[in-house]
Amino acid sequence: MTNTMRLFFRIMICACALALVPGACPQAADYDYINIREPFSQKIPMAIPVFKTLSRGAAEKQVAQNAADMLEAALAYTGYFKMIDRDAFLQDPGGQGIVMEEIKFGNWTDIGAELLLTGGVRLESGVLQMEFRLFDPYRQKMILGKRYTGKVDGQRKMVLRFCGEMIKRLTGRQGLFDSRIAFVGTGDEGKSVYVCDFDGKNVTRTTKPQSIVVSPAWAPDNRYIAYTAYTHGNQRIYISDLQDGSVREFAAYEGINLTPAWHPGSSALAATLSFEGDEEIYLLTETGKIDKRLTESWGVDVSPAFSPEGKKMVFVSSRSGSPQLYVKDMRSGSVRRLTYEGTYNTQPDWSPVGGQVVYSGMKNGRIDIYVIDVDSGETERLTRKAGDNEAPSWSPDGSMIVFTSTRTGNSRIFVMTASGTDQRMLLDMPGKQQLPDWSPPKRE
Amino acid sequence: MTRKLNMKFSLLCIVMLSLALTVSCAKKPPETTIESEQAEAAETRATESETDTARADEDSLTEEELEARRQAEAEARQETADARDRFVSQKVYFKFDDSSLTDSARDVLRDKVQWLRNHPDACVIIEGHCDERGTDEYNLALGSRRAESVKDFLTKAGINGSRLTTISYGEERPAVKGHNEEAWAENRRAEFRFCSSE
Repeated sequence: MTNTMRLFFRIMICACALALVPGACPQAADYDYINIREPFSQKIPMAIPVFKTLSRGAAEKQVAQNAADMLEAALAYTGYFKMIDRDAFLQDPGGQGIVMEEIKFGNWTDIGAELLLTGGVRLESGVLQMEFRLFDPYRQKMILGKRYTGKVDGQRKMVLRFCGEMIKRLTGRQGLFDSRIAFVGTGDEGKSVYVCDFDGKNVTRTTKPQSIVVSPAWAPDNRYIAYTAYTHGNQRIYISDLQDGSVREFAAYEGINLTPAWHPGSSALAATLSFEGDEEIYLLTETGKIDKRLTESWGVDVSPAFSPEGKKMVFVSSRSGSPQLYVKDMRSGSVRRLTYEGTYNTQPDWSPVGGQVVYSGMKNGRIDIYVIDVDSGETERLTRKAGDNEAPSWSPDGSMIVFTSTRTGNSRIFVMTASGTDQRMLLDMPGKQQLPDWSPPKRE
Repeated sequence: MTRKLNMKFSLLCIVMLSLALTVSCAKKPPETTIESEQAEAAETRATESETDTARADEDSLTEEELEARRQAEAEARQETADARDRFVSQKVYFKFDDSSLTDSARDVLRDKVQWLRNHPDACVIIEGHCDERGTDEYNLALGSRRAESVKDFLTKAGINGSRLTTISYGEERPAVKGHNEEAWAENRRAEFRFCSSE
């Protein structure tokens, strides 16, 4: 893409985002820019100066530095932006104004900053006030301005709230900054379900250690996590309540009770049960009673995942002789095979925003992450030559994917953009981490 | 035996006779009494020693028999224990990503059917396992499928399904460590253990 074209597109977003009056700018086209096929191939250069201290109290200085660093880390995490090193700034950012009239936009266009984010902090008697302003230096316009007030320890929350607003303005989608990731962690005493923030911060163990724990799955309300644990001689499904910390048994049919998946539009869950002597997927009511059987084929049927509205279900079946992905239409009941490449395709997850399914496929004994377009069947490989890569799960805005990789030894949690760029380790903790599930778009 | 009985009978006759003589000679002079008492005592001793010999013979016979029985029982027990051990130690192996039973798996299972028929009270847990390749949830389902294949074979051979429980460990509990075909082949298996109540 030429510079002129890029600039044109930038102007398109900014012009649109600038229109602070709702309805003043055409809705659909605004967000197309950052939402095009390769949103991550060319990152938007962005400058975030250290925040200005507004009351000039001593404690503010540290808060101002933290705010800018936190904001930079959170925005860089998305993969959309390239942060310009503060040493490259042409003027002392701390000393200059943060409102439009005081900004010398030329200083920012000269270093190629296509977005400028200024901020101010005021800390008085324990109350923290933070201001954020997002500018387009080329258009010399403000895109978004927000002010938050709260306690000092609410700083991260304020920063992430603004990041969410900003991404929503630029992409038209709710961001991932209030999302969390559940995963299975192995410690000395066994395996437990853990939960952490989208960026790997605030890791908490939510269940007691057990010998086998698999497939944690977020409920649409983001309050409950269903998972399978080996107890009393078989694998049963439990539901952990993150609000009060309780755990209840959900399904304990004879044989295995495996891979729960919440239906996004109802309180039902799909899961694999083997009490009839064959591993089939069933739809269960919220109390764990069997509503109906969803698969009818001899062999393994496992790992259901629903489309965003719950009208379709993708799952793994060995009916063709090897594990492959199939799509079932929930209304008509028809089933069609989705994957034909390779002989081992498992762990599907349906994108919350589109017609794509991410999954793990094995080729030549190595497991990698692939994305398939449900309609066209077009497949793209996202990881390669970096250990085994498994258990992919979409972020709630569909912009990122969490997965596990053995590229550094033990299985660890990694994230990448939906295009497969910016692959990095999310968590560095002892033991093994497996089977991450990113919280889905929140439904109350 | 007959000879001994005869001997015992004649001894008894002598004793009876001498007793009768003693009674009839009660009023006879004391020396006679003493004689007959001595004779009686001698007879009694003779009888006793005969009986002792017979009892000793009987004892030695009994002991020999018991020893043989003990040995036979021990052997039988050993055989049972061996069969029981074999039942547990002989595993059923599978091909990669496959839950169907191979010919050798069927041979092993036929032995198990025999054992289960001979031990109608035994309750068995069939564990399905996978090698480390593949993904966790699918392997748990595949392990379950393998255990179910085994259960299916056993029930078709007439073993009551209520005696058989299946459980899958997926790739969580490899039999051997290692990351090569040799290790994988040993890990793709069904294992057997007895229910804890047994």
